[in-house]
Amino acid sequence: MAKQAISFTLNGSPVDVLAEPRQLLVHVLREQLGQTGTHIGCETSHCGACTVDLNGRSVKSCTVLAVQAEGGEVVTVEGLATNGELHPLQNAFLQDHGLQCGYCTPGMLVRAFRFLQENPDPTDEEIRMGMSGNLCRCTGYQNIVKAVRNAAAEMRTKSESPTVEEA
Amino acid sequence: MASTAETVEREQRLEGVGCARKRKEDPRFIQGKGNYVDDIKLPGMLFAAMVRSPFGHARIRSINKEAALALPGVHAVLTADDLKPLKLHWMPTLAGDQQAVLADEKVCFQYQEVAVVIADDRYVAADAAELVEVDYEELPVIVDPKKAMDPEAPVIREDLVGKDDAGQGRRSHNNHIFTWEVGDRAATEQAFTDAEVTIRQELLNPRVHPCPLETCGCVASFDKARGDLTVYMTSQAPHVVRTVVTLLSGLPESKVRIVSPDIGGGFGNKVGVYPGYVVSIVASIVLGRPVKWIESRIDNLSTTAFARDYHMVGELAADRDGRIKGLRVNVLADHGAFNSHAQPTKWPAGLFSICTGSYDIPAAHVHVDGVYTNKAPGGVAYRCSFRVTEAVHLIERMIDLLARELNMDKAEIRFRNFIQPEQFPYQSALGWEYDSGDYPTALKKVLEAVDYEGLRKEQAEKRARGELMGIGICTFTEIVGAGPSKACDILGVGMFDSAEIRVHPTGSVIARMGTITQGQGHQTTYAQIIASELGIPSDDIQIEEGDTSTAPYGLGTYGSRSTPVGGAATAMAARKIRAKARKIAAHLLEVSEEDLEWEVDRFKVKGLPGQEKTMQELAWAAYNDVPEGMEMGLEAVDYYDPPNFTFPFGAYVCVVDIDRFTGETHVRRFYALDDCGTRINPMIIEGQIHGGLAEAFAVAMGQLLHYDEGGNLQGNSFLDYFVPTAVETPRWETDYTVTTSPHHPLGAKGVAESPHVGGIPCFTNAVNDAFNQFGVTHVDMPHTAFSTWKTLHANGLDKRS
Repeated sequence: MAKQAISFTLNGSPVDVLAEPRQLLVHVLREQLGQTGTHIGCETSHCGACTVDLNGRSVKSCTVLAVQAEGGEVVTVEGLATNGELHPLQNAFLQDHGLQCGYCTPGMLVRAFRFLQENPDPTDEEIRMGMSGNLCRCTGYQNIVKAVRNAAAEMRTKSESPTVEEA
Repeated sequence: MASTAETVEREQRLEGVGCARKRKEDPRFIQGKGNYVDDIKLPGMLFAAMVRSPFGHARIRSINKEAALALPGVHAVLTADDLKPLKLHWMPTLAGDQQAVLADEKVCFQYQEVAVVIADDRYVAADAAELVEVDYEELPVIVDPKKAMDPEAPVIREDLVGKDDAGQGRRSHNNHIFTWEVGDRAATEQAFTDAEVTIRQELLNPRVHPCPLETCGCVASFDKARGDLTVYMTSQAPHVVRTVVTLLSGLPESKVRIVSPDIGGGFGNKVGVYPGYVVSIVASIVLGRPVKWIESRIDNLSTTAFARDYHMVGELAADRDGRIKGLRVNVLADHGAFNSHAQPTKWPAGLFSICTGSYDIPAAHVHVDGVYTNKAPGGVAYRCSFRVTEAVHLIERMIDLLARELNMDKAEIRFRNFIQPEQFPYQSALGWEYDSGDYPTALKKVLEAVDYEGLRKEQAEKRARGELMGIGICTFTEIVGAGPSKACDILGVGMFDSAEIRVHPTGSVIARMGTITQGQGHQTTYAQIIASELGIPSDDIQIEEGDTSTAPYGLGTYGSRSTPVGGAATAMAARKIRAKARKIAAHLLEVSEEDLEWEVDRFKVKGLPGQEKTMQELAWAAYNDVPEGMEMGLEAVDYYDPPNFTFPFGAYVCVVDIDRFTGETHVRRFYALDDCGTRINPMIIEGQIHGGLAEAFAVAMGQLLHYDEGGNLQGNSFLDYFVPTAVETPRWETDYTVTTSPHHPLGAKGVAESPHVGGIPCFTNAVNDAFNQFGVTHVDMPHTAFSTWKTLHANGLDKRS
């Protein structure tokens, strides 16, 4: 099948790849761009292990064609940390034991990354609903909810107090 | 030795046993830097895709590979005929049966592996699999195990015709696998004859699937120049797989390396050896290139490792005071088309004989028949020790039913029957020696915490208003940590486990175990054990598992055996190191060993303050200044053969409210008290309990692999198969008591499976308790809204007055 040139921004850096029109975004990310943090759990958009951020929305990259990312901005788990500093969500998942086998974790983090921009001060019920597109088989969700709640609080504190650079 | 503030501080710095320290595995996972099998990419790697049967039972008339082979990028299409010259078209199962690697002349279950395509990438492989033409002649199908042994039932396993043993004892019908009996039949019959009260109930543990978020897969890589084989594989038992691969391939075991990388959950799904692994290995050997095989979710739910499918009849004999005098159980076990359960080889029904539970039952008898049906093969332990979920489900439902029969409170009947703390070690009627327990204390604590009396009062008030509220109780005892090699083996290999610890000159540690973590956090907990034993901070202790070329031989991680067996081996190996360090300390301090005492992280000369050597100093000395005649170095290995199983227990209470009109069940409260003996990392334990309860919720409230009468599997994707989201999943409250195991070096018992084993009966007891108030005796799982509504409707409870 003829390949097509695709250009998009991945975690802030421009990338160019050649892919068949039928190729899924998750396969291009994992196999051609070497970003294996994004996982595949079901191929049917149910489990959310493949969640990435595309143009400011959470998408399940197992049911997005790579060509649909043309010209877009993609954020994966590998792009959450900035300048070597973990994202508050990553810290919170570690502190609150929000992961066990780690397989759902990248999708959870990337979904929560978008969810907290949509709703910076969620209730537990809102977190559960907002994260309901992501399945976890290990944690029973309670510590994931706690981690998202605590990360949200941390991020609100940070945005309220000016950083050194801004001051 | 008095502990001072200074020693306490030193001890805390170790972050050893008892510390809720953060996990060492998490930094890589939260940054997307895990290394799961599908992340592995080798030069020249090809992809395998399976051609699977659309029929539950059919003869294969012909297979035409031409169109598939003609597709550019396809390297091979293999069928049973291609594997026959290698004698690899069948493989032995862990249960003494054999399983078709690729269907040999006929298929026996839907989605069975018929051919495999090897191609440049997964897209081409999938295309080519569609192009393989298979001509089938359909045969009559059996999906109901109760019909499997009918005289006129079609023969599922033609390869076994004429054989009166399918690997686990005598069989009496072509679709019969084994009969297994345990207990005293005569004494049990007498107990029933003499009983004031008897009850009998049919109970179903439906067919479900462990369903880890990562499916099964492998990358097989045969190096023709070196003649060695490396297989990266989602295996909960890589060393056992290495032995099986050696036996199958004829390669020396030293030329076979199995690597379990990071594993995205196992829950029993990843214990067995599957056709996908075997064909990938064969293809790599034949083609001389690495071959990757990754299951799709549908393949996973349809073919590898279902659990349960136990059709049970329980009977209790008791007196009018509710004291149980006898238990009788008959089980029909549906093992599907091949007997490929993954349990200790000599135990066809696993450890089901733990079914006397937490109760002092003087007489018991169990009879299990295993049968073949046209369903996927397996019968694995889904987040439990072998068949323990089925056993606990049976006794916990039966004791509730007895309470109902006698109009007795469901907590009270448990107190009347508990094995008492002073009875341990306790010999059960079915042959186990329970190590330790205190069941009444656990249940009392839980009942107080939830205000049980208040709940029963509320329930009565609601009953009067026609509202359904249920209170479920479960007081379970598990049997885990398989196991003593005199009782347990897998294909003749005793079920010990192992640890090898090496202390480097500068005092940090590398340790390797024969187990393999799949989310349990071994890299953290094993390091904590070593930290406490050796006085080295757990941060300085590196744990590695899963590579058979570096780790000592072990039987793997399943049946909650890592802490009971691998953790014990770790403690014992560390103690060997400390014993050597003591000799070195005596040498350096010029005293006798008896003059030394151990304090947190150092040996001190008794009564001589300041005369001491830290483990750090002793590590250095081990490589340059040891007593005369002593070998240099500081390392040890331990192969631990446990003297007994461990018997974790717990008391759970679940409160549900059922909507009379829709059948929706709302879990209002779930309170779980677990006793796993010594607690190594309380944070990890709590996480494991949350996760196990969520899986129990899934099983009790919705999971089901249903086959229609034509042998078609219904609901084998996440569209239909119930995996709860954060929205449905209840909130968990956890609690604990500590009753240590007397035979485990640390007193630990294992915990990760308790919440699944104890949770399922607790949910189903809660739903049934709600129905009991309205005269309904028993409803089987799963309690979906539809199932519950059907019960409501059949009993006229959904009528609006």
